[in-house]
Amino acid sequence: MASQNRQNMRSPLARAIGLGSAKEGIGPWWAERVSAIALVPLTLWFAASIIAHTRSDYATFIVWLRTPLAAIMMILLLIALFYHTALGLQVVIEDYVHSATKFAAVIAARLGCCALATAGVVAILRIALSG
Amino acid sequence: MPSPTTTRPRPLSPNIQIYRPQLTSVLSILDRIAGVFLSACAVVLVVWLVAAASGPQAYAAVQAAIESWIGRIVLFGATFAFFSHLCGGIRHLIWDTVHGFELRSIYISGWAVVVASVVLTVAAWVVSASMGG
Repeated sequence: MASQNRQNMRSPLARAIGLGSAKEGIGPWWAERVSAIALVPLTLWFAASIIAHTRSDYATFIVWLRTPLAAIMMILLLIALFYHTALGLQVVIEDYVHSATKFAAVIAARLGCCALATAGVVAILRIALSG
Repeated sequence: MPSPTTTRPRPLSPNIQIYRPQLTSVLSILDRIAGVFLSACAVVLVVWLVAAASGPQAYAAVQAAIESWIGRIVLFGATFAFFSHLCGGIRHLIWDTVHGFELRSIYISGWAVVVASVVLTVAAWVVSASMGG
């Protein structure tokens, strides 16, 4: 009886706080925006650099990738790109896949993005730090 | 007494094909398709970088695939997908600041995305060609 009264003494707000699905939903939404803002200069720099290297041979291209600016920008691009890709693909999957494969697809997209980002960063580091 | 929802069909919204395509809806789905297509392009980007790190032979093989006519078509598509997703994304970021939601603004920004995407794609390939590609 005492515990019953204690339950009723709680205000409706106190009982509602912490319940429901809208506790952490802002996280991925915000992360998608932050990575999008980062990708604007990074992708434009990348596009301009690739266009500038239209006629470059392998050696010229590698010499350029070894410069600190190019290596840093490429690593930042890869991290922001695959972070944004993982978030974007998850939204698409959650909108169109409604079976149990939804979870498998989201996990595959996330792990795939992690693996590709790592492979890309290691490739840049191999080029930047070799010889 | 209303029948339980399980015994009668739930009302469904009309299928997407019912609606006449509008600039707003077409740009919305194109932004998504461009994003998914760019995800596939990101895989090619990593393959290209890993090949560059592996050595001149591996790089030459990937570069030959990219410079083949089918590679160039995909690369042109990737350029357009990139610029449309970029412009569409900037439009979304402006919307996130609660600006530009009036019908007139929506259509102005929508056509701006279309024009900017086409112009930037053509400009990128013209500049690249002028470099001797």
